[in-house]
Amino acid sequence: MTEAGTPTPARRRRQDPLIPAGPVRASAHVCMAAGCLSMQADTVFDSLCERVTARGLTDVAVKRVGCLGLCAAGPLVAVPETGRLFDRVAAGDDAALDGVVDGLAGGEGGRPIATDPFFSHQVKVVLEHCGQIDPERVEDYVAVGGYESLTKAVTTMTPAEVLGEVTRSGIRGRGGAGYPTGLKWTTVAKTDSPHGKYVVCNGDEGDPGAFMDRSVLESSPQQVLEGMAIAGYAVGANHGYVYVRAEYPLAVKRLTTAIRQAEHAGLLGPRIADTSFGFDVEIRIGAGAFVCGEETALIASIEGGRGTPRPRPPYPAASGLWGKPTLINNVETLASIPTIIGRGAEWYSAIGSGKSLGTKVFALAGSVVNTGLIEVPLGLTLREIVFEIGGGLPGGGKFKAVQTGGPSGGCMPESLLDMAVDYESLAQAGSIMGSGGMIVMDDGTCMVDVAKFFMDFCREESCGKCIPCRVGTTQMYGLLDRITRGLASRDELAELESLAGMVRDTSLCGLGQGSPNPVVSTLRYFRDEYMAHIDDHLCPAGVCKMEPREAALAAGEVAP
Amino acid sequence: MSKPRLATIWLDGCSGCHMSLLDMDERLLDITERVDIVYGALVDIKEFPEDVDVTLVEGAISSEDDLRKIYEVRRNTRILVSLGDCAVTSNVPGMRNQIGPAAILERAYLENVTINPQLPGPMVPRLLAMSRPVHAVVKVDVFVPGCPPSADLIHSVLDDLISGRVPVTAGVTCFG
Amino acid sequence: MSVLTLTIEGRDVAGQTGHTILQVARENGIPIPTLCHLQGLSDVGACRLCVVEVEGQRKLFPACVTTIDEGMKVTVNSERLAAHRRRIVELLFTERNHICSVCIADRNCELQDLAVAVGLTHFELPLLSPQAVVDATHERFGIDHNRCVLCTRCVRVCDEIEGAHTWDVMGRGTEARLITDLGIPWGDSNTCTSCGKCVQVCPTGALFEKGRSVAEARHRRPYLPYLVAHEGRTR
Ligand SMILES: Cc1cc2nc3c(=O)[nH]c(=O)nc-3n(C[C@H](O)[C@H](O)[C@H](O)COP(=O)(O)O)c2cc1C
Ligand code: SF4
Ligand code: SF4
Ligand code: SF4
Ligand code: FES
Repeated sequence: MTEAGTPTPARRRRQDPLIPAGPVRASAHVCMAAGCLSMQADTVFDSLCERVTARGLTDVAVKRVGCLGLCAAGPLVAVPETGRLFDRVAAGDDAALDGVVDGLAGGEGGRPIATDPFFSHQVKVVLEHCGQIDPERVEDYVAVGGYESLTKAVTTMTPAEVLGEVTRSGIRGRGGAGYPTGLKWTTVAKTDSPHGKYVVCNGDEGDPGAFMDRSVLESSPQQVLEGMAIAGYAVGANHGYVYVRAEYPLAVKRLTTAIRQAEHAGLLGPRIADTSFGFDVEIRIGAGAFVCGEETALIASIEGGRGTPRPRPPYPAASGLWGKPTLINNVETLASIPTIIGRGAEWYSAIGSGKSLGTKVFALAGSVVNTGLIEVPLGLTLREIVFEIGGGLPGGGKFKAVQTGGPSGGCMPESLLDMAVDYESLAQAGSIMGSGGMIVMDDGTCMVDVAKFFMDFCREESCGKCIPCRVGTTQMYGLLDRITRGLASRDELAELESLAGMVRDTSLCGLGQGSPNPVVSTLRYFRDEYMAHIDDHLCPAGVCKMEPREAALAAGEVAP
Repeated sequence: MSKPRLATIWLDGCSGCHMSLLDMDERLLDITERVDIVYGALVDIKEFPEDVDVTLVEGAISSEDDLRKIYEVRRNTRILVSLGDCAVTSNVPGMRNQIGPAAILERAYLENVTINPQLPGPMVPRLLAMSRPVHAVVKVDVFVPGCPPSADLIHSVLDDLISGRVPVTAGVTCFG
Repeated sequence: MSVLTLTIEGRDVAGQTGHTILQVARENGIPIPTLCHLQGLSDVGACRLCVVEVEGQRKLFPACVTTIDEGMKVTVNSERLAAHRRRIVELLFTERNHICSVCIADRNCELQDLAVAVGLTHFELPLLSPQAVVDATHERFGIDHNRCVLCTRCVRVCDEIEGAHTWDVMGRGTEARLITDLGIPWGDSNTCTSCGKCVQVCPTGALFEKGRSVAEARHRRPYLPYLVAHEGRTR
């Protein structure tokens, strides 16, 4: 925590931020999350530092920060002092780079953040520090109030008071199922365990198209660690594991740095804030299986076994990691905790509606102008998210459906656009909140093909333990494939529906139980598309290639 | 009242189901009394007749010829019975589905042949890509699994059908 | 340990705390079909054949791993359960290559018996006909992956009773396969003690003893009832 006070006229190392000695008039926040980084944001960062220095702007800072949200328009640079966002600042694009430097020097340019609907509808709790702080500097996190909540919890609150606060906040698990977090914590807290308990942070995030947890881990890793430590204090655990998939090397790197820095600064480890409470965190890297996000499979994987789910009960809260009571929460759930403790349950529960309180992060993708990461109060309508925040469909495309919940979720048609996005409404509409993937589809999308895509995913990711999921998803995929090739009969559609019900009812874990959802929901809202493939031998969206009937007949592949 | 018209046909099977049919012994006499056998391995008729009440189908659908025959059978049959595992599951003929017709022909007619190895010519019906159970290709009304189904089972199924009852084969016979 | 009362199929029955629905049903002569369960081994709840309905709950419960509660009302046979079980057996048959007429286990196979028990007469779904191999490298035994239903009884008996842990599962979905050691041929395994327990617990014709005819391939499991240490354990 020395840099701020030490004069640093020139940067010492390439990756160091440019921080002026005196007061800062303007600062460039260069997004360094995976999306922008893949578009050479690091080069952009270097160029900006050079240009700022060359112009002799001594009161301007250039910082590396986490996700700024508008991922599709990267590389992104924000100037918080003037409230402006510069998008598509490509490395080597002199005009764009100079535009940013002009903006830092007091000029206009960029888009105003406050009035941009992409930003103005958002409420940032989980993403509060994303894009504000350097994820690789604990000082930055501390400077914005980081670890104050942990200190507050361990020094001024009893574990029971922390539990009460979390319970009253009304937050529910953001990993998919929406189980009340306070209830889960209380269960773990109540379970006696002479040989310890564990807190596990679930950062497996295997849904296709989802990158919420990744962005949080890459943009504000300390926030997650602080949430885990508070959880540990509340439930009586002194050890934590963060389970991250190997495909997220940047998240792993930043977490590793974060843990080291936090321990070095005495924010984690033994005797936190000079109390008797200690908490340490280890990272476990998963080999990228979707099913390893399921809590019992995740536990098996951390234990070094094959990542397959086991029947519950016993729930991890009673018998988890190495048979000990274990609290498993999602990254986003845990990242919300410091704010809940810091600002209080009342503040948090004022956001949202009904039984869905607080905010939710979504990865908005597909046929939408502003693809990226957003955080909204629960209860906003789909229309507000897709058309106001998302800016509608590109090129005036026609909206067809929005998919939430990934491979266990469903597709909602235009008629449901005014539905509120909360746990109950989504479930009623045949989808789920899921972990936060939200894919917008235009009228060039074939809904049978969408269902087939997700079934293909499930069949490949099924762990193979239980029969309904292992063989059922493969058979459902086969039937969907026949429909998209124009070979299926009405009997086969009936077969698909019956199989869907059976797989949902009898599968062991959520992967199998949820796998029929994309099929069931597309059948519910887009049945005519299925019928067109079957009866009229036609794909209305023009996506599927129909096979000639005569050839299929000659090969005995269809009944006459 | 005229007697029900019964046909039997043998597609890709080993004839074991027809043997089992003959294993009914003296009960065959009773059955033949009660039906007209209008087509099958037991009678010398070349064309599949029209207006058949019950056809027992032995064997899987493996070739273009099987396919043509089963379409004809279905068109002219009221109650189509899949007799035996080959008809019901494709059984032994289906074992080639793992490797496909080209590989199986090569193995059978070239690799394992010492005198004049050659692939079958146009006189032999072409194999379909997959050997399928009968109901994968046409609608089947009654399934009689077993390899082969026992004479007792065949008798009770025929007895039911001739008397106008719906035979129940679920749970009464060994499957496979 | 206290005694709980409940009803199964409308019958008043009693069982001890911690006992499973399956245990209590069997003690009372109420049959529930099972496949992955084998008395004496830990339970995995994987085959899902034993699912039952519990009054007041929408979910179905696998009887082999669900412990009883006071006042529980369990239904073992309903139209829905019968349809689901038939489907499960059908899915198993369509998954690999079960050609009973040329199988060592013909007429001595739990899968065949299940087909009869659930009233299967044919498959609505197509056969997947995967390419699966036979590993006959072991001196005395062999495994025919065409017949394996992945019940993992062999894995558990080898690990929990023989203590060798030669068997495990590799791969996902329908690609999952039994392996010996880290995927080497069985004959090369240096953990296998050649005790043959896996062969005895295999419900199908997947694991077999070489040189035996179909009529001789009867399963002998005399060592299982004495080893109940793993009972009630779930993994
Ligand atoms: C197939 C499957 C995949 C899952 N993947 C994830 C995941 O990637 N991340 C996650 O947090 N939860 C995932 N879950 C949910 C977890 O099992 C668990 O409910 C969650 O981590 C609990 O945290 P929460 O209460 O904070 O939501 C998955 C569940 C299933 C069935
Ligand atoms: S539902 Fe699928 S992923 Fe879950 S245990 Fe069964 S096979 Fe494995
Ligand atoms: S294992 Fe059983 S069901 Fe499979 S082929 Fe052998 S006898 Fe038939
Ligand atoms: S080899 Fe036999 S015992 Fe082992 S998993 Fe397969 S079917 Fe079960
Ligand atoms: S016997 Fe219960 S799940 Fe297999």
